[in-house]
Amino acid sequence: MGINPSTPRVGILALQGDVVEHLAAMRSAEVEAVEVKNSRDLTGVDALVIPGGESTTVMKLLNRFSLDRPIVARVRAGMPLWGTCMGMIVAAREVADVAQPTLNLIDVTVRRNAFGRQNESAEMDLSIAVLGEAPFPAIFIRAPWIERCGPGVELLAQRDGHGVMVRQNNVLATSFHPELAGDLRVHRYFLDMLVKQGKKTAAA
Amino acid sequence: MESTGTIVVKRGLAQMLKGGVIMDVVTPDHAAIAQEAGAVAVMALERIPADIRAAGGVARMSGIDLIRGIMDAVTIPVMAKVRIGHFAEAQVLQQLGVDYIDESEVLTPADDRYHVDKHAFKTPFVCGARDLGEALRRIAEGAAMIRSKGEAGSGNIVEAVRHMRAIGDAIRDLSVAPKEELVARARELGAPLELVREVAANGRLPVVLFCAGGVATPADAALMMQLGAEGIFVGSGIFKSKDPKRFARAIVDATTHFSEPSVVLEACRSLGMSEAMPGLDVRQLSEAELMAPRGN
Repeated sequence: MGINPSTPRVGILALQGDVVEHLAAMRSAEVEAVEVKNSRDLTGVDALVIPGGESTTVMKLLNRFSLDRPIVARVRAGMPLWGTCMGMIVAAREVADVAQPTLNLIDVTVRRNAFGRQNESAEMDLSIAVLGEAPFPAIFIRAPWIERCGPGVELLAQRDGHGVMVRQNNVLATSFHPELAGDLRVHRYFLDMLVKQGKKTAAA
Repeated sequence: MESTGTIVVKRGLAQMLKGGVIMDVVTPDHAAIAQEAGAVAVMALERIPADIRAAGGVARMSGIDLIRGIMDAVTIPVMAKVRIGHFAEAQVLQQLGVDYIDESEVLTPADDRYHVDKHAFKTPFVCGARDLGEALRRIAEGAAMIRSKGEAGSGNIVEAVRHMRAIGDAIRDLSVAPKEELVARARELGAPLELVREVAANGRLPVVLFCAGGVATPADAALMMQLGAEGIFVGSGIFKSKDPKRFARAIVDATTHFSEPSVVLEACRSLGMSEAMPGLDVRQLSEAELMAPRGN
């Protein structure tokens, strides 16, 4: 099953978290978006988003419902993946300080709740060069930051000197929540990754 | 410029908890069991509702060392309860740094007329409601998340069903009501017109809606999710059951896959011979014993 670059279908991992918000944002960006609750759903999508939520909960559910290995296999084979907040933690290679399993799909170390607890959750404008000149309205909720980037990881945005947006080949991760922002530029950036990946697969 | 305590980040944390289970815990050990089972957050309190019921007397905000101990024991968000209208208890919890404050009818109300002005706080609030009017009054006061009240500590789902259906029916009614009716509808609901218009236009509350009050089994959780709850609070149902670890995990599984009977079946089966908490017939409770009518 190849990726069709003209009509991609994006899956939103729907075990827990702000799934509906991601579906709505993808549909605003004029792509088909569907929930992924099991490995059967996963086979029908060209890209996957792991939404905001609780990473300890979702890691357990991925394991209990046997979705972890199929996701790792698809992403290692080139399927584009985007993790927001919890999704960034789940995709990371490791979590600083706490012993927590992850899917190890992007070579970064993340620190959970690094900007603080809920009282420190914040909205702020971030400058993100790959999105153009206008600042991006970033929403951080008990957000993690990136403590270490491995070779081959591009650091795309920082807040107060801490990494909050990274990409390594087909994997994108943001500490903040573009799905809540009403600004679709990160979505378009991800969809562009998907289209380019599709062309690469078609050419191969 | 960063802005903290905005409506977006307050409502946003509740959005991140959707599809999950929030569990009442009374010790750091309970909190660890809840997190291990897959809870998305815990509610730190001194006694679970069934024991508050049994103990009688005045139920207040929990001890600070207890809440702090639970905050230190887990990485998931920690909520704690204040008495209805007790804004000084809420100031204390905000200062302590809990992630969400529950202005709760499970505790003895401190004010029999007014709720806390929740806009004045950086920490978000969740409040209980029995119907749409009550939900919108709490949102007008600044609540960033709503839960059904149910009848806490009863192990009986009937009140939560009543409240979820009442809220859902009223939202459906509003979403087809002609515009000229909305002023009168707002008056009937006892809710601000702006919020009534918003619900009519969007067909949903402007904040996340969870179910609380009486969930005791995985099937109870699946029932409430299918009735439109976006997540589940379990109070006494886990730590008053015969096997808290299994009940916690089974309720998480059933909440995740609420529309998949094969998963809910497996969750029920995983309980083996372990019994759910004992239940109460809500009709046998006296007016004074009922918690849901507190605050309106």
